[in-house]
Amino acid sequence: MLKTEVINVEKIREDFPILKRQVHGKRLVYLDNAATTQKPKAVIDALVDYYSRYNSNVHRSVHTLGEEATAAYEAARGKAAKFVGARAKDLAFVRGTTEATNLVRFAWGEKNVKKGDTLVTTLMEHHSNIVPWQLLAKGKGATLKFVGLQPDGTLDMGSFESLLREAPKLVAVTHCSNVLGTINDVATICAKARKAGAITVVDGAQSVPHMPVDIGAIGCDFFGFSGHKMLGPTGIGALVGRSDLLEEMEPFHGGGEMIKEVFLDHSTWNDVPHKFEAGTVNIADAIGLGAAVDYLTAIGMDKVREHEVRLIAYALQSLREVKGFRAYGPEDPEKKGGVISFNLADVHPHDLATILDEEGIAIRSGHHCAQPLMRWLDVESTSRASFHVYNSYDDVDALKAGLLKAGAIFKI
Amino acid sequence: MSSADIYRELILDYYRNPRNFGKLDKFDIDSRDTNPLCGDEIEMQIRVGDGKKIEEIKFVGKGCAISQASASMLTELAKGKPLEWVKEVSKEDVFKLLGNPDLGPSRVKCALLGMKVLKTGVYGYLGAHYEDQDGSDPMV
Repeated sequence: MLKTEVINVEKIREDFPILKRQVHGKRLVYLDNAATTQKPKAVIDALVDYYSRYNSNVHRSVHTLGEEATAAYEAARGKAAKFVGARAKDLAFVRGTTEATNLVRFAWGEKNVKKGDTLVTTLMEHHSNIVPWQLLAKGKGATLKFVGLQPDGTLDMGSFESLLREAPKLVAVTHCSNVLGTINDVATICAKARKAGAITVVDGAQSVPHMPVDIGAIGCDFFGFSGHKMLGPTGIGALVGRSDLLEEMEPFHGGGEMIKEVFLDHSTWNDVPHKFEAGTVNIADAIGLGAAVDYLTAIGMDKVREHEVRLIAYALQSLREVKGFRAYGPEDPEKKGGVISFNLADVHPHDLATILDEEGIAIRSGHHCAQPLMRWLDVESTSRASFHVYNSYDDVDALKAGLLKAGAIFKI
Repeated sequence: MSSADIYRELILDYYRNPRNFGKLDKFDIDSRDTNPLCGDEIEMQIRVGDGKKIEEIKFVGKGCAISQASASMLTELAKGKPLEWVKEVSKEDVFKLLGNPDLGPSRVKCALLGMKVLKTGVYGYLGAHYEDQDGSDPMV
């Protein structure tokens, strides 16, 4: 198989200080990007620059630092929104995708979900797109139902259609599975759900970092994503919402920043999106996310995607040669994000991760915050290798060598 | 220590052929716990005999080689001992059973899950409360 590159990985690697690090005397082979990605110097510098030059609160102070911080924070909002095809006004900064779904649960769900209602999510979701709806359903006396999966790890659209006939209030679905890598046709799902009268929530935690995303084209009502999975800092992410819904929704948290006027017996809310950003916001990390967006935009998300498709194709072909290797999810790299979940014979993923760590290789092992999916796969856990722009064919080769070593130790 | 040393023949043997694996028809103690990080799962059942001794002990579980082997080895060690002995068991005893491998903090939790289950069950039976202070909880 040809090992051609659409991006200059050698040059990109120089932008990531952590990749100079050795682990157990070996080159760091970081393949845990679906959990969190590494940060380029541009992002680290943006944080240092903010704290060293213009650290100040935003939307309050009229002094120079305050003006600069506000301008940088709002510029970051504009960058993040443009990156996903949204308007800045429709994007609220949150801590991450988990907070995005929880915001919808409280600010939309509390008012709109009633006893006897049906909510729909799928069997391939991360816990962050299951548990908030479970809590909402429990509190309201509603029922949460799950779209099933087909043997190849794609959504069972027949099961989805039959759930739509129950006129659900909400349909929550992931854009890209963090375990199977399955890329869901969220535009079709959202169109059908909307026709059935449901509000749609799309979890973009694993899509936005890896492929071009246009929320307008998806046509969802809410969309969440996380900064730290797309080369940005931890603790920052975004919820993009349909503007009329955001306008009529209740606030999430009460406090400073989110109000317009406060009286002893009532308050009025600040304009969207500030209505959803109570208290001092995460200024530094929002600015850091803006820097990450700049970095990814300079590479080009279409190239990031093409790079990962080639790596996944190479990895699937190469790793299948290892005795006992079994991958889960779609086999066509075009239908899959930059994630390969697998098992190696009867080697438990945690044991495998320990053996690979000794080779400087970082993978994720466990249930990946997707226990219902693990039960569907009939496994306790899986190992997962996931890629980003600084990974290349040599990382796949290192992983293969590590798997062969583990196979030898476990006498497979 | 290399992983080849951690996963010695003995540990792999206990992982693939766990001793005292199964459930008891009659038991006085039933204790179960999981490790949410890994999804490791251990359940132990104990029948208490004369003189408050561990007359019979079995376990079932799912998880990594270290968690399953250590639980199995611990049941072998515990069988026939007085319940009070369980209070004396330490993490060092478990590490010794495993051949003192060099485990990182997260893998130590795997190694000590069986001991936590054993202690929680026996302490409860004796009317005592087991506080997990043996490193199986990284917050402690």
